[in-house]
Amino acid sequence: MNLHDFAYLSDVLRRRSGLALTDKKMHLVESRLQPVMRRFGFKDVGSLLKELHYGHEALVQAVIEAMTTNDSAFFRDRKTFEEFRDIVLPRLVHDREESRELRIWCAACAAGQEPYSVAMVLDDAKLIERGWKITLVATDINTEMITRAEEGTYSQFEVQRGLSIHRLVGNFTQDGTAWRVSDRLRGMVTFRPFNLLDSFGWLPDLDVVFCRNVLMYFEHKTRVSVLDRIGEVLASDGALLLGPAESLTGFAVGYEAAARAPGLYFKTRPAPLLRLASS
Amino acid sequence: MKTCLVVDDSRVIRKVTCRILRDLAFETLEAENGVAALTACRQKMPDVILLDWSMPQMTGLEFLRALRSETRGNHPIVVVSTTENDTARITEALGAGADEYVVKPFDRGILEAKLAEVGLVQPR
Repeated sequence: MNLHDFAYLSDVLRRRSGLALTDKKMHLVESRLQPVMRRFGFKDVGSLLKELHYGHEALVQAVIEAMTTNDSAFFRDRKTFEEFRDIVLPRLVHDREESRELRIWCAACAAGQEPYSVAMVLDDAKLIERGWKITLVATDINTEMITRAEEGTYSQFEVQRGLSIHRLVGNFTQDGTAWRVSDRLRGMVTFRPFNLLDSFGWLPDLDVVFCRNVLMYFEHKTRVSVLDRIGEVLASDGALLLGPAESLTGFAVGYEAAARAPGLYFKTRPAPLLRLASS
Repeated sequence: MKTCLVVDDSRVIRKVTCRILRDLAFETLEAENGVAALTACRQKMPDVILLDWSMPQMTGLEFLRALRSETRGNHPIVVVSTTENDTARITEALGAGADEYVVKPFDRGILEAKLAEVGLVQPR
């Protein structure tokens, strides 16, 4: 792949998915395009990119999906889930006592480990038994990942990363050498393919948004746009949970960092949001 | 420093596992079967035992039941390690007093995650 091809591909990805590629990733990009080339029958990257010029939608989607990082694990970055369980949930349960309704969105859920981990925490809190209505929506740009997440089947390797044996036995059933999430937990989550660049209009008003390990792949203005739009659908006292490598330092987008809880932010004012100088 | 007793009839597995555990700041002890493990526990009870299921002389499960009936035998956290992952076996291990369960082969990340589950290392 030459620099011109790389620049073109970077532009397509940025426009269509928000993903920002750096020159250092050229080699990685080429290797990730190999399965797409085989699937669509292209002899080389150059011919694939030529076809991309015609806006062949299935091809564009396949290229985007090939470039996304889908590594995840149950209870990945455990501290985030402790913050959700110990800070966010008690606060919302107190504040929503009258409506008894919670709406949560996992914005980049990969193969579903994050929303199912959230569902396990909610299940532990026995909110549904106590009459609460829980809406848990999980989205990802990668349609293959959404299919996997809906299926809810994970390998032994995947369940060993992050799940205690008690959680495994209590929430999964064995399916050959793999494990399937219980019907109860699967019934708690609604999965849907979704591109974070598209309109958030279909989302309900939200109390909590998990948006972890995705903003770091976007350029600054895309991050600001996503954070702005999350702010528009998040309740005035709602919580935003980012990944441990992400922070809102440098943004003044209407969120306040929670004390001693890295990655946890509470909304402080309604949209439209103010911003510091963008880079 | 916490002490971990690695019980496995495979010398290679003991060696590799002990190396990982020392990296995680554990003091390590080894036993090649359940009988040797019980003797080791009577001399000095470890904080955690990583226990193979299938061993000659005394199986992991027989060891576990014997351990839990000993004075101070409830103290160590026991992580059963095996190549079997069926629910019946897991339930049997938990019923015998296991605290965690790890399926072989495992790497440092998985062992660290399992030890974090039982509060012996800081979760990542």
